[in-house]
Amino acid sequence: MAALYEGYTLCGLVPGQTLTNSGIQGIEAERDSDHVVVTDSTRSVTLYKVSDQKPLSSWTVKQGQTLTCPAVYNSQTEEYVVVSDNKVSSDVWRVHCLPGGEPVVLFQRGAVRLLDSLLSAPQQPIEEVLAQEEAIRWSTNIVADSQQFVIFTTEQKGDSFLYLHRLNPNTLQRYRLEREEPGLSPLSFSASYRDKHICLLYLYPNGHVYQSVVSVRGLGGDEGAQALPLPRSLLLGLPVGEGLLEAASAQLLDEAHVAVVGVPHPSAGAGKDFLCIWNTNFQTLQAGKEMAGKIYGQLWTFSNKLFIPHGKTLSVIPYECPKSSLASALGKLKQAKTEGELKQMSCVPSWNNILHGDKAQPSRPAETRKTVSNFIKTKYLNFSVQTAPVEEVQREVEGLLSRADIQDLQPLVGQLASMLVSRSLADPAFYTPSTLAQLVHTQSLCHSVCPDLVLLALERRDFFLCQLCLQFFPDIPEAVTCACLKAFIRVVIKTGEEDKEKSSTPPEPICPVGLHKAVLLNEVLLTAYSDTFLLPHLKDLSSQHVVLFLQYLQFLYLKYSQDASPQMHGLRSPSLTQIMDWVCMVLDAHFTVLVMTPEAKGLLVNLHSFVKSQVRLVSELGKIEGSLQELNKMKVKKDVGQYSIEIIELF
Amino acid sequence: MGEFKVHRVRFFDYMPSAIRAMAFNSHTERLALVRADGALEIFNFADHYFQEKVIPGQDGRAVEALCWVGQRLFSAGLNGEITEYDLENLRPRYTVEAYGGPIWTIGSNKQGTLLMVGCEDGTVKMFEILKERIQFQRNLERQKGRIVSLSWHPSGTLIAAGMMDMIRIFNAETGKEMQHDPESREVVVWSVAFLSDYTIISGDSAGKVQIWDGLTGTLVRTHLVTKWDVLCLSVSQDESSLIAGTSEGTVVQFQFISSTVDQQEEEWVRTRTFKNHSHDVRALAHTETAVVSGGMDTQLVVRPLLDKVEKNTQESAMRKIALPHRSLVCCAKKAGLLLFQFPDHLEVWRVGESDGHGEENTHTHTHTHTHTHYAYSALSPCGEWLAYSTVSSVRLYRLQYNNISITKVGCSTLTLLPLFSVSVIVHTALFINTIKCMSELALFFSSSYFQLDKLSIVAIETTVTIYGSVCLQLHCTVPIYSSCPTAIAIHPTTSHLVVVHADQQIFEYSLVQKEYTEWSRKLQKQGLHSLWLERDTPVTHVTFSLKNPAHIILHDMFMFCIIDQSLPLPESKTLLYNQMTLRSLPEQERIRHSHAFKICKNFKHVMCVSLLEDHSLVVVERPLLDMMSQLPAPVRQKKFAT
Repeated sequence: MAALYEGYTLCGLVPGQTLTNSGIQGIEAERDSDHVVVTDSTRSVTLYKVSDQKPLSSWTVKQGQTLTCPAVYNSQTEEYVVVSDNKVSSDVWRVHCLPGGEPVVLFQRGAVRLLDSLLSAPQQPIEEVLAQEEAIRWSTNIVADSQQFVIFTTEQKGDSFLYLHRLNPNTLQRYRLEREEPGLSPLSFSASYRDKHICLLYLYPNGHVYQSVVSVRGLGGDEGAQALPLPRSLLLGLPVGEGLLEAASAQLLDEAHVAVVGVPHPSAGAGKDFLCIWNTNFQTLQAGKEMAGKIYGQLWTFSNKLFIPHGKTLSVIPYECPKSSLASALGKLKQAKTEGELKQMSCVPSWNNILHGDKAQPSRPAETRKTVSNFIKTKYLNFSVQTAPVEEVQREVEGLLSRADIQDLQPLVGQLASMLVSRSLADPAFYTPSTLAQLVHTQSLCHSVCPDLVLLALERRDFFLCQLCLQFFPDIPEAVTCACLKAFIRVVIKTGEEDKEKSSTPPEPICPVGLHKAVLLNEVLLTAYSDTFLLPHLKDLSSQHVVLFLQYLQFLYLKYSQDASPQMHGLRSPSLTQIMDWVCMVLDAHFTVLVMTPEAKGLLVNLHSFVKSQVRLVSELGKIEGSLQELNKMKVKKDVGQYSIEIIELF
Repeated sequence: MGEFKVHRVRFFDYMPSAIRAMAFNSHTERLALVRADGALEIFNFADHYFQEKVIPGQDGRAVEALCWVGQRLFSAGLNGEITEYDLENLRPRYTVEAYGGPIWTIGSNKQGTLLMVGCEDGTVKMFEILKERIQFQRNLERQKGRIVSLSWHPSGTLIAAGMMDMIRIFNAETGKEMQHDPESREVVVWSVAFLSDYTIISGDSAGKVQIWDGLTGTLVRTHLVTKWDVLCLSVSQDESSLIAGTSEGTVVQFQFISSTVDQQEEEWVRTRTFKNHSHDVRALAHTETAVVSGGMDTQLVVRPLLDKVEKNTQESAMRKIALPHRSLVCCAKKAGLLLFQFPDHLEVWRVGESDGHGEENTHTHTHTHTHTHYAYSALSPCGEWLAYSTVSSVRLYRLQYNNISITKVGCSTLTLLPLFSVSVIVHTALFINTIKCMSELALFFSSSYFQLDKLSIVAIETTVTIYGSVCLQLHCTVPIYSSCPTAIAIHPTTSHLVVVHADQQIFEYSLVQKEYTEWSRKLQKQGLHSLWLERDTPVTHVTFSLKNPAHIILHDMFMFCIIDQSLPLPESKTLLYNQMTLRSLPEQERIRHSHAFKICKNFKHVMCVSLLEDHSLVVVERPLLDMMSQLPAPVRQKKFAT
C-alpha cells in the first residue's frame, strides 16, 4: 500500500499570491534529492535544503524586472539559469534542464534550442513552429535511451496537441489528443519514460485521468506533417463531487500510482482540498491526506517527496509507493488473525524447531524505542540493510518490528524484504534467515511483493522459511509451489533413510516419509492452486519422485479414512478432499509413466480401490440427497417470539 | 371469511408439575393421578381419556401414593396423613393422621376391607375401611428403617414390604415378620409386587428388577434394567405382564412366557422397552391394553400394547397428555385483557394496542393468604371484575388499571359448593356463577337478569351463588348425553347453548325453545366428519363472534375452528382441512368448495383462542419445547453411539 507520511512546511508563500495563483512559478531539483530551487512568480529564486526546511541562499532580480520562467540548475556547470522578461531573441516559454543534461530552451512559438548554442549565437533566427492561435500549455523534458526529448502540449481552438521534440538529431512529432466533452481541456499533464515508451498522463476537469503511450522508436518519420491521432486509455475516473474540477493536478509516481491534488476524497464529502494516491491497476485509493487551506492545482514530485502549495505554505509530503499486489491493494493481508489462530500457527512443528530446537526462533527485544518518524527510520534502515553486516541488519529489523504499529509499516516491510532478498541474491555470503522469517511472520508480505523470496529460500535450503511462506502467502504461483514440492521430495529421498530409522511411526500404516518432510509436504498440499496451471509443472517431477509422493498421499488417505477425527493429528493437516485432488492431479500428469513403472503397480491398484470406495460412498450419499435436502428445508421454521401480531386469512 | 389480526401470545409460562403417583381403577376405568404440587386429576379412560375432574393441590401437601378402594380414593403423603377424596364435590373428604412420620406407600387388600400404609418410622399401619371413614386397627411388627413400598398378596394373608436393603414378608393376620431377603449393598427397594403364585418382584435403586420366591425367600432371577433406579412397578390384572419405570425415562416390560417355543416352563422374560419420557418415570399403571406412565417430565403417556388392541384404530394410537383439558386462560373481550391462572397466583396481561410488537403487563395478583391452590378463575368482559375459586371458597375482586389496585369485594365460603368453573359475566350487577359438571346438565336461569341484559348464567346440577338478590329457578335440563362435556357456552344474542363433548360431538340447544336447534339436528343427522371425530385432544373452549352471530369459535390443543352455521356442513367425502385448497382457488370458486368448518392449524399447543371486540383473535400458545426447557436436567441423556 502506498502511504503518505507526515508532511512539513518548506516555506511560506509570498504575499503576492492571489486566489488562483500560489505565487510559486516553479520548483526544480538542485544538486541532489535534498535540494530544490523555488522560483516565485515575481522576482526571487531561493535554494532550500529540504530536510532542514531552511533556505540556503536567495537571489532577486532588479526592481522592474520579472522572472518569466522557473530557475533551473545546470549540474554540469553548477550554474543557475533563469530568464527575465521573456527575452532572449524571441519570447521564451521555459528553460528545462535535467540532472547531468544540458539546459534546453523552449520558445513560446514552439522552437527548441540548446542553451549553449543559443548563447553562442544570441541573435540567430527562431522559427515559428506553432500555428497562429496555438499556445503552449505545459512542457517538460526527459531523457530516453540517452536521447533528450522536449515534450510540450498546446491548445488551439479547443483542440489539444502533443509535441515530441527530439534533440540531436532534431525531430518533431505532433499528435492530436482525442477530444473530451466539448469545452473541456486538460487541467494538468505529467510525463514519464519507461520501457522505451513515453507515458503521458493528463487530467480533465470531469475527473477522467487518461494515459497515452508513445513509442520512442518510431519517432522521426515525416516531420511536421499532419498531427497523428493519439490513442488514449482511461486510467481513472475520479470522483469530482459537484461541478467540475478547477484547480487540480495529477502526477505519475510510478507505473501503478498517481498522486492527485484538488480532487475530493471519495469518502469525505465534497471538499476538494485533498492529496490522494491512487493505484491505477486496481483503481483503489491507497492514501489520502487533507491539505489545510486553498489548493492551487500545483504539484511537483522529486525523489519520493511531493511539493504542494496550499493555503499560505508550501508543504513537503514524503510518500512511498511500494510494489503492490492485488492482495495488498485489497488490504487482504491486513486481516488481523486472532490471538488463538496465531498461537495455533506457532505450534506447527517447523523445520527449525525439529532440527535445532527453539534456539533459532527469533525473540523480540523488549526495549521500547523512542518514536522516530517512519520516514527517517526507513531511510536509515535502507542504508543499513544495503551495507551493514548480517548481525546489525538483524538487530535493526528486530527493533523496527518490535514496534506496536507494525501494521502501519506494511509498505516498509515489503521494501525491507525485497532489499534483503536482492542483497542476498547478489551476495552469496549474505543471508538473514531469522530476519526474513520475522518479516514473513508479520503477515504483511505476499509473494507478489517480493517474488524472489521463496526461490531464495529454496536456493539456500531454508525450508523453515519456505514453510512459512507457503503458510502465509496467499498468492504463490503454481510454478513456485511445484518447485517447493520438488525440493521437498528431493530432501525426502536424500535424507529419507536415516529419517525412517529415527521416527517411531505406528506400525500400521507406515508413513513413507519422515515427520519433518511430512510437515513440509502437508504445507504444499494446503496451498491454494489452480489445476490448469499446476498440471504442466507437475509433469516435471521424475517418476521416482512421483511414486514417493503418491505413496505419501496414499498414506494420508488411509490415515484419514481410518480415523474419524484427523484434525487431532496436526493443526495444519490437509483435508481428505485436498488429498484426493492432489492424487488425481499427480495421476493425470504422470499416468502413462506410472503404468510403465513396475514399482508403481501396487500403488495404482490401491488407488484404484480408493476410487471405487469413493464412488460407492458418493453414490450412497446421492441416494439420500433428497432426504437430506428435505431436512434442510424443514429447518427454516421461523422462531416466534414471546408475543407477535400476525395476520391470517381464513377462506 | 377474511383476514384476522391474531395476537399470538407465548408468554404464559404455565408449567405443570411433575407426576408423582397414579392408580388405575379397572372397574370404572378411571385413572387417578397426583402431581408434585398435590393436585389430583381423574382421567376417564372410557371416555377418550378425558380429564374429567381436578382437585387443586395445596402448599405443603406432597402426596406420595394413591390407592383406589372400590370407588373410593385414598392418598398418603410425606406429611404423615391419609386423605380420602370427595370425588363428587372435588375436595378432600377428610384427613387422618397416621402418627408414623412421613408415609411412603399405601395399599389395600383385595377385599377392600383394610388399608395399610408404610411409614418412615418402620411401621406398617393397618386401617379398617368403614363406610364413612377409616379407623386405625393395628401396627405390624416394627422394623428398623423406613417402609418404602408395600404389596399385599391377593389372598390377603401375606404382605411384602420393600425397605432399605431388604424385603420383608409379614403375616397380615399376626403382624409377625416371617422372613427377609437381604440385598447385598445399600439399595432402596422402591417398589414391590406380590403375585398370587407367591412370587415377589422388586425394583430397586441399583437398577435391578429381581424376581424372588416369596415362600422360600430365594432370589430366582435378576434383570439389570438400568444404570440408575427402577422407581416403580406395575403388574397387569392377569399377572402375565409387568412393567418397570426407570430414572432414565424408559419403561421396561416383562412377560411371563416360556422363553423358547418347546419349553413348557414359563418365566419372566424381558420383552419390550418404551422410551416416551425424558426424565424419571415415577408412576406407572398397567391397564388391560396399555402402559400408562408419567413422571418428572409432567406428561401422561398412554402407550397401547399393540398385541392387545386392534391395529390402526384410535385405540392403538399413543397419547401424550401434556396440557390440562380445561382452560387456564380467560380473555376479557372488551378490554383486551388476558387472565392467566397459575396454581398459586393469577396474572392479568393486556394485549398489544396496535401493530407494534409488544405487550403490557398490567397486573399480577399473587394469592397468598391461603395455602390452597386455585381451582378456577375468570375475568369479566370489561376487565373490571375478577373472580376465582379454591376448593373452599369463591372470591370476587375489583381491578383498577389507571393506578393499579385490587379490592376485595366479596368472599363466600362455599362449604357445599362443588365447582367446575367460574365465570364473571356482568359489570353492573355482580354475578358469579359456578358450574359443576357431571354427565347430566341442568340449567338455572336468573330470570330477571336474563331479561335485563340478555346475558345468562349457567350452572350445572345444583348451584349458583349470586352476590345480590336475584331469585333462582330451574329453567330446563338438557338431554343427557353419554360423553362428558368438555366446553360449554351460551350465545350472547341467540341464547343458544353450545356443548362440545369428549367424543368431539357438538350440540346446540335453544334455551328459549328448550330443544335442540335446527342446526344441531341437521348436524346430528348428517354426522360429523370422520377426521373431526378422530382428533385426540378435547375442545376446551367455545366462544362466539359479536359481529356475526352465526360464527362459533372453538379450539383444541392443535387447531382452532370457526364454524359458520350459514354454510353447508362438510360431507363425509369432502376435504375437512380445506383451507390450503381454498387459498389456491380463484375467489368465485371458493364458495362452491367451502363448508362450515374453517379450521386453522397454524398454531400448536393452544391454551386459549378468543375473539376480541375489535374482531381480532387472541391465541395463547404454550409450546411444549418451552416447557421441556424448564425441566431440570435428566439423570442421563442418550447420546448417539454412547
